[in-house]
Amino acid sequence: MYRYDTYDQQMVDTRVAEFRDQVARRLAGKITEDQFKPLRLMNGLYLQLHAYMLRVAIPYGTLDSRQMHALADIADKYDRGYGHFTTRQNIQYNWIKLAEAPDILADLAAVEMHAIQTSGNCIRNISSDHFAGAAADEVVDPRPYAELLRQWSSFHPEFTALPRKFKIAVIASETDRAAMKLHDIGIRMVRNDAGEIGAQFWVGGGMGRTPMIAPCINEFVPVDSLVTYCEAALRVYNRHGRRDNKYKARIKILVHELGADEYRRQVEEEFAHLQAQGIEPPLAELERISAFFADPPFEKDLPRGVDRSDPDFALWVDTNTVPHKVPGYVAAVISLKPVGGIPGDATSDQMRLMADLARAYSFDEMRVTHTQNIALPHVRQADLYTLWKKLDEAGLGTANLDQAGDIIACPGLDYCSLANARSIPVAQKLSERLAPNAAELGELKIKISGCINACGHHHAGHIGILGVDRKGTENYQLLLGGSEAEDTSLAKIVGPGFDEAGIVDAVETATGVYLAQRTKGERFLDTYRRIGIEPFKEALYG
Amino acid sequence: MKILTGNDLKTGAVTWWTGYDWSLHVEDAIDAGAEAESIAAREEAARRVNAPYVIAGERTEKGVRPAHIKDRIRALGPTVRPDLTLKPADPEAGNWVI
Ligand code: SF4
Repeated sequence: MYRYDTYDQQMVDTRVAEFRDQVARRLAGKITEDQFKPLRLMNGLYLQLHAYMLRVAIPYGTLDSRQMHALADIADKYDRGYGHFTTRQNIQYNWIKLAEAPDILADLAAVEMHAIQTSGNCIRNISSDHFAGAAADEVVDPRPYAELLRQWSSFHPEFTALPRKFKIAVIASETDRAAMKLHDIGIRMVRNDAGEIGAQFWVGGGMGRTPMIAPCINEFVPVDSLVTYCEAALRVYNRHGRRDNKYKARIKILVHELGADEYRRQVEEEFAHLQAQGIEPPLAELERISAFFADPPFEKDLPRGVDRSDPDFALWVDTNTVPHKVPGYVAAVISLKPVGGIPGDATSDQMRLMADLARAYSFDEMRVTHTQNIALPHVRQADLYTLWKKLDEAGLGTANLDQAGDIIACPGLDYCSLANARSIPVAQKLSERLAPNAAELGELKIKISGCINACGHHHAGHIGILGVDRKGTENYQLLLGGSEAEDTSLAKIVGPGFDEAGIVDAVETATGVYLAQRTKGERFLDTYRRIGIEPFKEALYG
Repeated sequence: MKILTGNDLKTGAVTWWTGYDWSLHVEDAIDAGAEAESIAAREEAARRVNAPYVIAGERTEKGVRPAHIKDRIRALGPTVRPDLTLKPADPEAGNWVI
């Protein structure tokens, strides 16, 4: 894991002191809310539906037990004993007091964390593959590149006031576990025919009001030009992005309006200009960073396989673990989606347990997944049963990864002031309704957003649900056929919306169509793609 | 009726204008009428409330309620964690949003 050097630490500590002063001045009435709001947002502090909400950055979703313990302590000391893991691999606290916010930031800084650039029109936390460093199919560990970009983008003076917020994801596998093509910039690290590492750039994707899949802008940017190319891509956006219209200000609109070819031409022109300026950090810096991400001391020649005599354990192994690059290890995913639970929420005790288990069984590493779960990237198969037993006792042993119960849901109207409808109760009811059939339904990704902003990724759900306000009451649109994996696609609205009970029935009806029409080995998404939307419409609306 | 709501500056807690002060309980809200905007401006300037705004309310048999579901949830706390939030004194509060 990356460790702060004295410069990183000083930067974060200085920011804490600065924010402490800003809060004191706000509380003393020396600055107005209008003056203070942009300052608190720069430190991840929102005023939400019920209270202040603090969003803490977890760079590329990676954290160690010391950090997870600190997050748990913050939940107890300053909040109400829980936190919410988000689709951008961050954590949010819902009940923060303004007067205590500087102390929280100081506690975070003590474990090399912060909330900087988790809000506002800047480059946000860089996300990545939650199995980075463990995945058997990656060409290289993407995290050093994500960390390099984190350092480049932190306090980047030119990009602190972009037309809109900017999200970057970095992966290094054919398999996309980070919704890469649905980011402002998606980067896939690849190897060319000569065996060199480079970056494939996909620019202008996104969800929200106008969902778009990013086109590929450059198939191979040499690794010694990664930062320069990013700088060029951002510069063109910063120059021409639509500041006149908030709804058209994301880079996806610019790329769409210019066309991918013209956008690429402008980026290449800017890139050539920037190359002459020599802004790329020396490769030695990337090597320095990469050293932090060296493999942990994996054991060789470990026995493979597990004792499957406990059927509940066997089910969990089949569902929630994935192959590792080193034989004898797996990556295990802890589901934060118990049946009927709140997706992504974890109590402070659960956080501490996950931290302790990571220290004992996963080389002290955890990853927040964009699906709002926690992955332990490197677990010996021999330790899996003990691990699962401890998880299960704490209500964390649910076996439902990528199944109907593994629902992404944004906070929705229960917490979010922008929401039109509640997401969480719909997720809870759906997970209860579909639980008996979940194994039969197989891979089924349900994603729920409480408004058009799409924090719950509804456009990318095999089944997506969008909450809307219909004359002052909650209403839910059903979408089908989305994917945020390597076969990225955008879901389509099926027809008129439903009330809360109706949407749960509608999803069950849609799964019924799938079960009736599927051919051997087909997932829900495959069946949908083969038969199209009409049979679903017919079943839903007659 | 027009009711006035905002957040406590220090704690962020949701508050309601009672005619002379700010209460954590929506039942205490009064009809701020045509004065609502000016009260909001005055109270915010005095830092007795943060980011106040006027919403539609309605008088029911059981007292004042926000008219829109978003404000009812705001008054009630998250419907999915009633155990952790300050609920209005109305024991029926949990049914407001249904
Ligand atoms: S999708 Fe809308 S309701 Fe959900 S968290 Fe985002 S802004 Fe809030």
